[in-house]
Amino acid sequence: MSEAVQILDARANNRDTLKKLLVITLLMFGFGFALVPFYKKICEVTGVNNLDGSGTPTTANTQVDLTRKVTVEFDANANHLAWQFKPMTRGLAIHPGELTTVMYQVTNTMDHAVTGQAIPSYAPKESAAYFKKLECFCFTQQTLQAHETKMFPVVFVIDTKLYKGIETITLSYTFFDVAGTGTVRAPS
Amino acid sequence: MSAVLPGHAHDDHADAHGHDDHHHGPPAGFMRWVTTTNHKDIGTLYLWFSFAMFLTGGMLALTIRAELFKPGLQIVNPEFFNQLTTMHGIIMVFGAIMPAFVGFANWQIPLMIGAPDMAFARMNNWSFWLLVPAASLLIISFFVPGGATAAGWTMYAPLSSQMGIGQDLAIFALHIMGASSIMGSINIITTILNMRAPGMTLMKMPMFCWTWLITSYMLIAVMPVLAGAITMTLTDRHFGTSFFNAAGGGDPVMYQHIFWFFGHPEVYIMILPAFGIVSQIIPAFARKPLFGYASMVYATSSIAILSFIVWAHHMFTTGMPAAGQLFFMYATMLIAVPTGVKVFNWIATMWKGSMTFETPMLFAIGFIFVFTMGGFTGLILAVTPIDIQLQDTYYVVAHFHYVLVAGSLFAMFAGVYYWLPKWTGHMYDEFLGKLHFWCSVVFFNLTFFPMHFLGLAGMPRRIPDYAAQFADFNAVASIGAFCFGLSQLIFLAAVIKCVKGGPKAADKPWEGAEGLEWTVPSPAPYHTFETPPQVK
Repeated sequence: MSEAVQILDARANNRDTLKKLLVITLLMFGFGFALVPFYKKICEVTGVNNLDGSGTPTTANTQVDLTRKVTVEFDANANHLAWQFKPMTRGLAIHPGELTTVMYQVTNTMDHAVTGQAIPSYAPKESAAYFKKLECFCFTQQTLQAHETKMFPVVFVIDTKLYKGIETITLSYTFFDVAGTGTVRAPS
Repeated sequence: MSAVLPGHAHDDHADAHGHDDHHHGPPAGFMRWVTTTNHKDIGTLYLWFSFAMFLTGGMLALTIRAELFKPGLQIVNPEFFNQLTTMHGIIMVFGAIMPAFVGFANWQIPLMIGAPDMAFARMNNWSFWLLVPAASLLIISFFVPGGATAAGWTMYAPLSSQMGIGQDLAIFALHIMGASSIMGSINIITTILNMRAPGMTLMKMPMFCWTWLITSYMLIAVMPVLAGAITMTLTDRHFGTSFFNAAGGGDPVMYQHIFWFFGHPEVYIMILPAFGIVSQIIPAFARKPLFGYASMVYATSSIAILSFIVWAHHMFTTGMPAAGQLFFMYATMLIAVPTGVKVFNWIATMWKGSMTFETPMLFAIGFIFVFTMGGFTGLILAVTPIDIQLQDTYYVVAHFHYVLVAGSLFAMFAGVYYWLPKWTGHMYDEFLGKLHFWCSVVFFNLTFFPMHFLGLAGMPRRIPDYAAQFADFNAVASIGAFCFGLSQLIFLAAVIKCVKGGPKAADKPWEGAEGLEWTVPSPAPYHTFETPPQVK
């Protein structure tokens, strides 16, 4: 009899071990999935997955030419377009290489939406190649709703290679009517 | 005494215990192998299965080497080449090395600890037979539209998210093989913990049992993590999840972290049982007990524990913080300490021993020599700045073939020659064995040593074509590979010859061998240790 009891004991013993090991197996399967939120958290804390660069300061421009200043004048026109368009700054004296932001204001005086496109021009014209715009409303067409007012930034740098002789640059924008719906009619 | 057994205990397991007189050998025919619950039968099945997979994976490797014999595209197109490298890796790791070690465990662990069989004999049968459908899925995947998976054996996202149905078949195959490994491990742990003969304390166990006990714990800790990773890949592919899909807010690099959390312990899973086999063989042929037995046990455990905290050394180029790179670099180098303890213990065991050099000993010494070279290149690759240079070059290919072929495979050859007399009752042909060893060790080095130079010169791995300056070393490696492949037919011949006949083997054919397995007759009877032996 004792022999049989021993065998049954041994089997119960083995089943106990089996159950414990199965629990470890299941826990480790869950652990694999628990690594997902854990990984996200680690990346957040250490900042390793910050691919869009948010939160990191913009790198300072180390190539500013501090030996001279250039005066930049801002001009704004609308060509047969019932828009009020003006720079918020008339003029600035800046170092070449210095990152600068200025604002322009545009108001649509018509009773319907109008689409316009701004075209820049430079004086003297040689300065155009050295006037680097990083952001400008002139890159795309702009649509303003009836009586809407918008502020647009222009971010630019003047290349440090600009000729020494040029001390003043005039940047002039002209807005053109794209669809022909915003034209100011000549008074009859 | 059998009369008092309760009726429901009349299965093979209880059977193996009681009825000595009307006892019988196995039933004849094919069904013997399908229905067997005998640890020796199952061990044999595992070993033949893994040898068949070894030849299959070897054929893939030779196709790769044939293509790489000279620059340009000769034999296969690049898509199929990628399938070859992928399937070679998967088949060798999951089909050949891992099941072969389970085969050794099945044959030897009950014999070594004086147990009548494995703890769960029917589960044992199931864990073997699961491997057959898994292997079939892998082979079938070559013939489905798009072919087998070509994402590499690591199956990194996003490649694995974009492959055809061959990837699904590989995922299912790995799920099944993982389940088989987990069941095998549970069986081995339970057998070792609960079924040792009276007097066989844990610290008296043969090293092979120790290494397998630790390996089994590693398997049940990491195989489920792999199952999780490939399940995530599967749901990314078919059920709209975005674990690894950046467009949906996931991260493909996370796959690498989860995979290598499995993958690095996995490489020790493939080498610790090899350490165990070598630790049995060196003392037998040096005719001295194993030097530093306790330190061997602790070294094995340390390797196992450290292997869980080094995984990101496979990913130094993914953009880790410097602190992370330093941590994983130092942790990886730390593994050299317990591994060094083991190598020095083997050498100390041989020191002033009365050594003879039969085939098992040749393979064991060959293992120490060539595996240590692989260990050194591993240490070099652990250095982060060097690794960034060598990432995904042939240097890495050389490194892991030195530890997996010259490490795991040579140890298994050593083990087969060592225990073949016990398994078959015949001595193998010593000439064939020695021929097999010398051919293997020479052609192995001819194949893989030039790969170090190729890698240092910048040849990337997993490419079907290469720049002309790599041509000479590649030609040498290809010649070596074909000779190495053919050398394995000597092994097949030696084993078949030994199974069919040969000089009668003594119960203890090796003068210096120790352990319970040598106390049973040769060949080992179908049932052994029905009455547990007493260990002093």
